[in-house]
Amino acid sequence: MTWSEMQPLLSQGTIDTLYMVLWSTLVTVVGGLPLGILLVLTDKDGLLQNTAVNKVIGVIVNIGRSLPFIILLIALIPFTTWVVGTFIGPSAMIVPLAVGAIPFFARLVETAVREVDHGLVEAVQSMGGSIPTIVRKVLLPQALPSLVSAVTTTVIVLIGYSAMAGAVGGEGLGSKAVTYGFQRFDNQFMLITVVLLIVIVTVVQLIGDGAVRLLARRGRTTS
Amino acid sequence: MHSTVTETPVITTSGLTKVYQSRGREVTALDGVDLHVREGEVYGVVGQSGAGKSSLIRCVNLLERPTSGTVTVAGQDLTALAGRGRRAGKELRRARSRIGMVFQHFNLLDSRTVRDNVELPLEILGLSGQARTSKALELLDLVGLSDKAKAYPGQLSGGQKQRVGIARALAGDPEVLLSDEATSALDPETTRSILQLLRDLNQELGLTVLLITHEMDVVKTVCDSAALMRKGRIVESGTVGSLLATPGSELAHELFPVGGTASGPGSTVVDVTFHGDAAAQPVISQLSRTYNIDISILGAAMDTVGGRQIGRMRIELPGRFEENVVPIGFLREQGLQAEIVDDGPAVSAGIPAQTPATITKEVAK
Repeated sequence: MTWSEMQPLLSQGTIDTLYMVLWSTLVTVVGGLPLGILLVLTDKDGLLQNTAVNKVIGVIVNIGRSLPFIILLIALIPFTTWVVGTFIGPSAMIVPLAVGAIPFFARLVETAVREVDHGLVEAVQSMGGSIPTIVRKVLLPQALPSLVSAVTTTVIVLIGYSAMAGAVGGEGLGSKAVTYGFQRFDNQFMLITVVLLIVIVTVVQLIGDGAVRLLARRGRTTS
Repeated sequence: MHSTVTETPVITTSGLTKVYQSRGREVTALDGVDLHVREGEVYGVVGQSGAGKSSLIRCVNLLERPTSGTVTVAGQDLTALAGRGRRAGKELRRARSRIGMVFQHFNLLDSRTVRDNVELPLEILGLSGQARTSKALELLDLVGLSDKAKAYPGQLSGGQKQRVGIARALAGDPEVLLSDEATSALDPETTRSILQLLRDLNQELGLTVLLITHEMDVVKTVCDSAALMRKGRIVESGTVGSLLATPGSELAHELFPVGGTASGPGSTVVDVTFHGDAAAQPVISQLSRTYNIDISILGAAMDTVGGRQIGRMRIELPGRFEENVVPIGFLREQGLQAEIVDDGPAVSAGIPAQTPATITKEVAK
């Protein structure tokens, strides 16, 4: 393949990958954040201690985490079809990607929220703060640097998942690499997709790290 | 200047019990605590770690639910408001917002500026942005930190952080301030300035302060009343003056430890407690001159508590107790308290009064 042949394939692949990753990250955060917080709140000695709820969420999260993504992807085909109307294409892929990443992200959120000093929770309780207030004004702001870090990790995991999704009807760089790089033995094309993926992952990591550093510096020292 | 302590009880606990379940074992942190804190006083609860002080203060605003017993703050039965559920209902939360609390480790949100930290309780109370800001600046001015409003807690010293903590605790215009080892993480000089601030707030705002501490100096510096806790029980309590006037009081001994042992057998060791006018009288030299006896001073501690001179002194009189009945009677006539010390091995000088001097109980007031 010449560069002019590859170029549209690569740019379309990149756009599809970014589209899938962006939307599935959004859904993951919306779904995983409350789950992670609930895991902490309902835990033993938590503010909403509830062993039953905690166990149920814990088991669901663990099942989600233990399934290899490629299997989850296939197993979810009926569900994806039911939600989106099809299981092929970038939009359809958002469903399995989010379902696969939510348990992962929920655990990261749980760890981040658990690290928040209990003394701060107690302080807000002593002011008469309710549980939603505690979550909004203490747990989330205090855990923010770790949460941003968790999002970064999740985005990178989703980039990896999205490449796998390419093998099962999704679009994106993964699908292009499989079609052209693997099935047509075009090593040059393969190499370029690999470099592209590395660049994307690196950029995401750099942005994430920068954001964490900015947040962590908040309140440490002047200027 | 004296704060106006009234007889109105502001914090009352009765039969307060707290039992923790720890790996199947039951640990009793509070064992029937009856606490009475009067309006306008600074009340100190002292005790070693593990004595239950921390559980007690957390039960007062129900951060910990007592296993049994009641807590009444400013006329409101908080234990009744709390109900049975684990979560704090609206009424309990409203009651809590009228009880300020400061912590050993300050518990400031490091992602918020000093001013925003003070505004936090006001946000919870639902004040508008402008009202919050002006109230927060007013409070920061009160604690002497108006120039630090825009700083972050990470940029402040320990003493400054605690001032922010105090300003924050005062945001809800509380009648009661709970202080959980507020000075334990601070150096002695900063401790003094924070205690002075608490004292000033107590007197200027009529704020009732309940503090827990393991430092006797804190009690000596600011407290009107004190209680000693051991193994989940209050073993002694009362105003500092009345504790000092109680023969054999452990708290008095810990507040004013006097040491020194008799130089030999055949002498009588007496602990003399001075307070009020008697502290200003030259009683020891009067005693010496009147009865023509030689008096050795074995140990002494003098201090000002709540603006009054209070002190204790351990003296040695020659001869056995029977020979010293008259001089000891003279001391009591002067309005002093004199307790004869059993000079057993338990009386060891200098050891912080975990094992206080055994004092013969025959001593009458």
